[in-house]
Amino acid sequence: MSGFAYRRRKTVSTVVLGLCASSAFVAVGVLALILGFVLVNGINSLNLDFFTHMPTPLGEPGGGVANSIVGSLLIVGLAALVGIPAGVGAGVFLSEYAGPRLGNVIRFTADVLTGVPSIVVGVFVYSMVVLKMGHFSALAAGIALAIIMLPIMARSSEEMLKLVPRSQREAALALGITRWRTILSVIIPAARRGLVTGGLLAVARAGGETAPLMFTALGNRFFSLSITGGPMDALPLRIWRYGIGPYSEWHQQAWAASFVLVMMVFAISLTARLVLTRR
Amino acid sequence: MQVGRGKSAAGLAGRRPWGTGNLGDALARAVFAGLGLSLLAVALLILYELVLESRRSISAFGWAFLTGTRWDPVDQVFGAAPAIYGTLVSSVIALILAVPISLGAAIFLSEMAPSWLRSPLSFLVEMLAALPSVVLGLWGIYVLIPWVRDPVETWLGGHLGFIPLFDGPPFGVGMLAAGLVLAIMVLPIITAIARDVMQAVPSSQREAMVALGATRWEVILGAVLPYCRSGLVGAVILGLGRALGETMAVTMVIGKGYNITASLFQPASTAASTLASEFNEAAYNLYVSALVELALILMGITLLVNILARLLVWRVARSPEVIAE
Repeated sequence: MSGFAYRRRKTVSTVVLGLCASSAFVAVGVLALILGFVLVNGINSLNLDFFTHMPTPLGEPGGGVANSIVGSLLIVGLAALVGIPAGVGAGVFLSEYAGPRLGNVIRFTADVLTGVPSIVVGVFVYSMVVLKMGHFSALAAGIALAIIMLPIMARSSEEMLKLVPRSQREAALALGITRWRTILSVIIPAARRGLVTGGLLAVARAGGETAPLMFTALGNRFFSLSITGGPMDALPLRIWRYGIGPYSEWHQQAWAASFVLVMMVFAISLTARLVLTRR
Repeated sequence: MQVGRGKSAAGLAGRRPWGTGNLGDALARAVFAGLGLSLLAVALLILYELVLESRRSISAFGWAFLTGTRWDPVDQVFGAAPAIYGTLVSSVIALILAVPISLGAAIFLSEMAPSWLRSPLSFLVEMLAALPSVVLGLWGIYVLIPWVRDPVETWLGGHLGFIPLFDGPPFGVGMLAAGLVLAIMVLPIITAIARDVMQAVPSSQREAMVALGATRWEVILGAVLPYCRSGLVGAVILGLGRALGETMAVTMVIGKGYNITASLFQPASTAASTLASEFNEAAYNLYVSALVELALILMGITLLVNILARLLVWRVARSPEVIAE
């Protein structure tokens, strides 16, 4: 073995692997950079009023985004109420009932639906719900987010339900329990940790979405609790409106709202991870 | 418990090891089947509704909508070419920037990182994927754009200005900024899928290369990458699918321009950004219809790209749960 060729190969290996390692740190560095900015700018304009007050008219200092926070919770809650049970049900169908052919068709559709741009879902719900109701509403926004959660939830719950050992199903059936009782009282409880994780991840994903809300919830400067009554605000919409606006007070508020949104999304994702790994 | 009845029991016996004919089971089966099929229904309904709502624009412009270069709501003339061009070009910029870094990071996470470093790094990458796009857009407006204007665009314009891509005044907002933001968005997606695909490569493949005296890089180049090639291509295409439909962050930095120019410094627009900034302001039926047709085109492009990607990824890893995120 010639020493020179060997050394050259070693050097190439070291250099390329070094480049790979630095790419990994670039990826993480970008996250740190963005989070750092959101953190620094957000904390400066964060105070208690921010959570408890409405937006003030222009020129008046202070004010907060209480309406947006409440609106976000309502809309995402509504979406979760529809999207998560429906998604788990679809997951049960995929893992417990569907034959291979129909199963693959539905799996494929779910994957394709996950890839549909969220703004297209917004346009769809606008023409399906908003136009038919005659006005914007939190209900329409909830439906849009539920459509986004549904395929995510269906695929993740299918994976989780498949992890339940076959022997548990067989044991339940051997005891004479009917199939639907087996699913509800044995299989779903056995997979609940995975299902909760999937649900939380779907909520985190939906909570950060802006595009589907623009044509459904629209946004609203005032406080609203009415699900069907008219436009409602949400945190991402508020960030968008303030972020592209011309006033520096607005920008400060946008940073603070971003901080709150990012913390919420990360907290939910983190909880999802902990639920899954906790023994 | 009654075990099946006649024909249906025989039919079930082959495929399903358990199943009976009582009422509760029949009901549960119907409910779960309905929920499963709802996915199909939603997908078809979206397509149907988009076609229905864009019929006005389809009958007014026909195929010329795809090639028309004028998007002029005042004159009621709509052509989708600038938006389609912007969508494709910004996504391609994003891929050119993100793919090498993603693959490098995936190689590091899958092949090199010590186990104590692997899971925190993977976690951070996943957090980057969870960052709401509107927050990234806000960061884009106040941090990225000033940086892109100066030094990036002034330097590129000064040194490489003879290339049409880097010609023109540095605006900051524009195609280049959109490509950068998209690169940040697709980076964690491609990284996560590529890492999973690489980890699915059996270690016997690596061991065979090591036994032949290969260096660590030669193992990766000669055994790991060829083995999962189609999965990696799938990961990149999934990233592309995400980039094509990304809305908020792009809308906030691309600057809204409707000219097709070679220069990456000019304001441009994508299908998604046009929808985001004009849909609520569309004042007459044809305008709304043209925007819905734009949504239909966007959905068509992403469907094609996603179907291609799923087929490739599915061939490698049969259960790509990362993709579901």
